[in-house]
Amino acid sequence: MERREFLKKCILVVAGASVPVSALTLIDPKKVLAANPDIQWAFLVDTNKCVGCGFCVKACKTENDIPFEANVSRTWVERYVYTKDDKRYVDSPKAALYGYIDSRIDLGRGEFKEIDPKNVGKAFFVPKLCNQCSSPACTQVCPVGATYKTDDGVVLVDRSWCIGCGYCIMACPYGARFFHPIAKVVDKCTFCYHRLSKGLDSACVNACPFGARKMGNIHDPEDPITKIIMNERVGVLKDEFGTKPQAFYIGLAQEVR
Amino acid sequence: MKSHVWRPLYVVIACVAALLLFRFFYVPNDFGSGKRGFMYSYHRKSNEMEWKNQPAKYGTSGRERMHEYCSACHGAVVKVRTEKLHGIIPCEDCHGPVMNHPENPEKLTIDRSRELCLRCHTNLPYTTSERHRIPGINPKTHNTGVECVKCHNPHNPSMEGMK
Repeated sequence: MERREFLKKCILVVAGASVPVSALTLIDPKKVLAANPDIQWAFLVDTNKCVGCGFCVKACKTENDIPFEANVSRTWVERYVYTKDDKRYVDSPKAALYGYIDSRIDLGRGEFKEIDPKNVGKAFFVPKLCNQCSSPACTQVCPVGATYKTDDGVVLVDRSWCIGCGYCIMACPYGARFFHPIAKVVDKCTFCYHRLSKGLDSACVNACPFGARKMGNIHDPEDPITKIIMNERVGVLKDEFGTKPQAFYIGLAQEVR
Repeated sequence: MKSHVWRPLYVVIACVAALLLFRFFYVPNDFGSGKRGFMYSYHRKSNEMEWKNQPAKYGTSGRERMHEYCSACHGAVVKVRTEKLHGIIPCEDCHGPVMNHPENPEKLTIDRSRELCLRCHTNLPYTTSERHRIPGINPKTHNTGVECVKCHNPHNPSMEGMK
């Protein structure tokens, strides 16, 4: 063997030996993501796609055992109707649990307003739910530490610790909280935390036939939902309250608050 | 030194001590705050697991995977519906939550009511909404009191699919 050849082989062997075994194993992206605690769940609502069928509300109430008859819901769909003579109507009968099967506007107290179809200018539906704010007002006011924000960005209520004082219901600017008539504690949307941790979509996202509701990890730049939030024109509700909501809306109108 | 001033003070000290003792035994050990600090996340840590362990009622996620799951047994029916207009509707919206089906419940309760169809197919005069693209009827005049599925096939909703 020549001297030159010998040195070449030596370099090859040393270089080969210096590669650790761990560098040769294939990385499973799912495993890396699961080990990564840096998850921040965010919601995306495309109001242009919503038709007000209310399947989301039905699925939510079924999944989370919220009584159908009680006038409370973790999620709801609002109907906005603007007339050509510049009147604006908003309603959400029974949180749109049974959809919108009546063209009349529910004014509450059993009163209904018939609007002439020729007079309807603009009308649309907006699904709403807890915004899972980054700086939630509701968790700050809890006197007993029963409601809190998890590290992955969901606001939960500890049912065994809640005393039902209702401070958080008052503090929420979005009206997303209510008193659960059976559990006798405050209840709210959990982004279906039990489903998320099993790798499933939330019940409402699952039920929507039109893809108006979507959910993703906003800390993952490859997530399709994150890409939409980062690249398209989205808005949040009541930005001026400084709660930093994590539910983003496509096609948000000024009147929707 | 004996004084009437000291006696109420002892009472106050005793009260505070009793309160701290009660708190020591009553507040669970895993109370603490996460990375979001005391203001937003002072809570009982084990409650996170309690929420995570809730059983899920609705099945596999997303309509494609849901159709996949159902077609494992109900292949022919699922094939018909995914090709037609109603293919965008997840099976569970009408057939009910799958839970542990087929073990429990053995049979799902199907919602065949008129109201279910009317959720989308009530005619509303909203030309600016997506709702406008869905064919609608007036529920007060269109065959009142009859279930829609008497004439229409929900798995093949085109007019040729009429029963």
